[in-house]
Amino acid sequence: MDVVVCVKQVPDTEQPIRVRADGSGIDEQGLNWILNYYDEHAVEEALRVRERHGGTVTVVCVGPPRATEALRTALAMGADEAVHVWDPALEGADHLGVSRVLAEVVRRMPHDLVLCGRLATDDNASVVGAALAEYLGLAQATAIAKLEIGDGVATVEREVEGGVEVLRVPLPAVFTVERTINEPRYPTLPGIMKAKRKEIRTLSLQDLGLDPAQVGAAAARVRYARFDPPPRREAGRVVTPESPEEGARLIAQFLQDTAKVL
Amino acid sequence: MPGPDSYRDLREGVRKLCARFPESYWRELDEREEYPEAFVRAMTEAGYLAALIPPEYGGAGLGVAEASVILEEVHRSGGNAAACHAQMYVMGAILRHGTPEQKQRYLPPIARGELRLQAFAVTEPEAGSDTPSIRTTAVRRGDRYVISGQKVWISRVQHSDLMLLLARTTPADQTRRRGEGLSLFLVDLRANLGKTVHVRPIRTMINHHTAEVFLEDLEVPLEDRIGEEGQGFRCILDGMNVERILIAAECVGDGDYFVDRAVAYAKERRVFGRPIGQNQGVQFPLAQAYARVRAADLMRFRAAELYDAGLPCGPEANMAKLLAAEASWEAANAALQTFGGYGFAREYPIERKFRETRLYQVAPVSTNLVLAYLAHNVLGLPRSY
Repeated sequence: MDVVVCVKQVPDTEQPIRVRADGSGIDEQGLNWILNYYDEHAVEEALRVRERHGGTVTVVCVGPPRATEALRTALAMGADEAVHVWDPALEGADHLGVSRVLAEVVRRMPHDLVLCGRLATDDNASVVGAALAEYLGLAQATAIAKLEIGDGVATVEREVEGGVEVLRVPLPAVFTVERTINEPRYPTLPGIMKAKRKEIRTLSLQDLGLDPAQVGAAAARVRYARFDPPPRREAGRVVTPESPEEGARLIAQFLQDTAKVL
Repeated sequence: MPGPDSYRDLREGVRKLCARFPESYWRELDEREEYPEAFVRAMTEAGYLAALIPPEYGGAGLGVAEASVILEEVHRSGGNAAACHAQMYVMGAILRHGTPEQKQRYLPPIARGELRLQAFAVTEPEAGSDTPSIRTTAVRRGDRYVISGQKVWISRVQHSDLMLLLARTTPADQTRRRGEGLSLFLVDLRANLGKTVHVRPIRTMINHHTAEVFLEDLEVPLEDRIGEEGQGFRCILDGMNVERILIAAECVGDGDYFVDRAVAYAKERRVFGRPIGQNQGVQFPLAQAYARVRAADLMRFRAAELYDAGLPCGPEANMAKLLAAEASWEAANAALQTFGGYGFAREYPIERKFRETRLYQVAPVSTNLVLAYLAHNVLGLPRSY
């Protein structure tokens, strides 16, 4: 089984995010960038498939030069190869543009299985995996919580309201994974050192025979109008009742009149 | 000097492992005075404790700088590497002074973690910092040595398969120099524990597994002597610098831990209608502690850089340990003051680490002895010890 995992580098979710004063995006100064958690689960699942069925795991990332760090993280976990795609024309590309680029990369390599995270924790869009399957013309299942590989077919489970949906999907296929699918391994020291020495191939749009006008900012059908920080939380109101009864009355009054939940 | 991101991958890897061992893990162990077995196993299996062992013996072959970053990150996460840091460096005596056969026999299983060599028996009730006055003796009888005596403060001996042991082979009055006549031995605890080696644990103010060790006619085969007979003190001295640098890094990790936690708390905790961190009385001690931690951090990397380049680094290694231990203690104090009463609460993060970081001004070398060393060896003042 040759598995391709598409990953994204995102800001560390444990750090506060600042929006630029002009609302044009987030302030990247001092941000710590990490491999998207969902993609970490996808890499883990790919490694487990390789352990059970043999084959290779290749990670692919579209993003600026710093995105190679996310690829190194995946290599340190145990992926065999990493492919990085960047081109200045991709600055401002939308999800469909990125999906088309990924499709072109995947098409050029052996792929029995393509895995992605269910979403990226930066914009929570959940678009790329599904769009990638469309561009590749492959079967897909999203947000899978279990994967079993059979002969030319995969059995996957999706957690749906009130139950589990079991699907049998012909391979090759594209799956996006839920975080419940596994617990990702942490890298070992030998893994980290091996990853440092691995060469990461960087491809441009020209290398992939893609036209910037079709995948880059020029082709984007989505443009961000403005970014706003979440509203500041107001300070709570403190009341000092004379008696427990008055306290209860004030709370009831608040729930009824101000919060309007009663 | 390495840039801020020089060890990014390594730091990220260690952080991921440490994330599996949150503060609640360490707190519960502390309450039960238990050894962090699961953590030590994870560190071993991930290969971190074999960082300093050359690749030909199955280790990563990294420098002291990288090894120190590993331990620093453990401490910064809220953990404590004292339970296993010696597995990283005690083997250095075999690596530097062992015969090819000894290296081949011991280093690969140590690298794999099958053998734990993390006890180092030097100090005695009558000889702490004054190593040459130890009284444990080893007498050669045919193809073996017979060793008797008593050791104290032997950390992790309860969790080791092998122990390095320093004993006197020639009486002090028959040697040319005080430091001569001592020899270094590798003791197989598995074969001798409960027979000729007896261990009595010492309970301490922190969850640190240390003990008294009693040796009664312990037999050690000739082939388990490390280095020349009578040259044991020299064999352990060159390992001291590595230990100093690694401990300094643990202190830097502790210092950053305290500053991180205290700053977060100072931003959040509101008194008199504003975050306490808005008060200079709270800010300044934290800023001061931060600055001292950063300065100690530079000295740590300077010492590591010299060591890894094969250059003398005694003064720098000692200064790194001195400055880092003081900086972590200052940061601990600033954090405790910032947390106020909550700093004393067991369920808050500060008090355990506060107790733990205090150790480093006492062990593995006391601050006074570092100063005495600097005064004599660097400043050329008369020897005071």
